[in-house]
Amino acid sequence: MDWLDLIVVVLVALILTGAMATLLLENMLGAAVASALVSLGVSVFFVLLRAPDVALTEAAVGAGLGGLLLALAAKRLGLWRIEVQQEEKQS
Amino acid sequence: MKRYGTLIFASGLAFLLFVMFAALPLGAPPMTVGHAILDQAASQVGAANIVTSVVLAYRGIDTLGELSILFAAASAVGLIMGHARHDKPAGAPGGFILRAGVDLLYPLILMVGFYIILHGHLTPGGGFQGGVALAAAIILAVLARPGDLPSHAALSWVEGLAGAGFIATGLAALAYGHAFLTPLLTGERLGALVSAGTLPVLYIAVGLKVGAELASLLSRFTEEAAQ
Repeated sequence: MDWLDLIVVVLVALILTGAMATLLLENMLGAAVASALVSLGVSVFFVLLRAPDVALTEAAVGAGLGGLLLALAAKRLGLWRIEVQQEEKQS
Repeated sequence: MKRYGTLIFASGLAFLLFVMFAALPLGAPPMTVGHAILDQAASQVGAANIVTSVVLAYRGIDTLGELSILFAAASAVGLIMGHARHDKPAGAPGGFILRAGVDLLYPLILMVGFYIILHGHLTPGGGFQGGVALAAAIILAVLARPGDLPSHAALSWVEGLAGAGFIATGLAALAYGHAFLTPLLTGERLGALVSAGTLPVLYIAVGLKVGAELASLLSRFTEEAAQ
C-alpha cells in the first residue's frame, strides 16, 4: 500500500499546485493549462477510487475540452495570440 | 492583495462547508436503490457495465434531459456567436508540429472515440465520453488547418438525426407496450459485443449527437477568433 500512498500524495500536491497556479498565473493560456492539469489529477484519483466511468468523463471533458474551451475563449477575447503568423511571414 | 483576499474567502467557505458536512453521516446513505440495482441490473438489462444500465435503462429520461441541456447550451453559443463570416480570411494554419501530429493522431483519436461508444455497454465509458473524443479529433483537425472547417450544416444534420434516433428508439418501446425508453431485446448474452438490446443503439445516438454538437460549438470559437 506504500506506493499507493505515495501516488496519492504526489497527486494531491499536483492538484493543489495546479489550482494555485490557475488563481495566480498572469498568463491566461497558462491558467487554462493549469486548470486542465487539476482535472487530470482528479481523473487519476477517480481511477484509484474505482470509478473508471467518471474518470473517463473527467479526463475527456475536464482535462481535454474544458481547457481547450478556456484557451479558445481567452484567444477570442484577445488575451493571447498565436506566434505562427510571424513565422509564416518570415519563411 | 485582492487575489489573496479571494483565496482567504474561499478557504473560509471551504471550512464552513467542511463543518457542515462533518455533522452529516457520510458513507452511510439511507437509500437502498443502489443495492437493488447492483443485484438486478445484469439479469434485467443485460449490460456488463452496470453504469450504462443505470444511465440508459433505469435513468434514461435523465439522459434525455442531459442531451436537451447540452443542445440548449450549444444553441445559445450559436445564437451569441452568430453566423460565420466567410468573407474574412481564415485563421493562421497550425505550425509544422501541430499539423504533423494531427495527421498521425486524427485517425487514432477517431478510432478510440468510436471504440468507447461501441463498447459503452461492456467497458467503462459510453456515448458522452466517446462523443467528446470524436469532437476533440475534429477540433484538432480544425486547429491544424482552419481553411477546411467542417460545414455546420452537415454537423447539424448529424446532430438532429442522432437526437431523433434516440427519441425514436425510446418511442419504439411504446409500440411493444412498455414505458418510454424501456430497453428492448435484452437477451442472455451478457458480455458479448452485440448484447443489451437497444442500449448500444442509444449510446451510438448519444455519441454522434455529443460529438457533432461539441465540434460545431468549438469550431465557432476558432472561427470567431480568426477574425
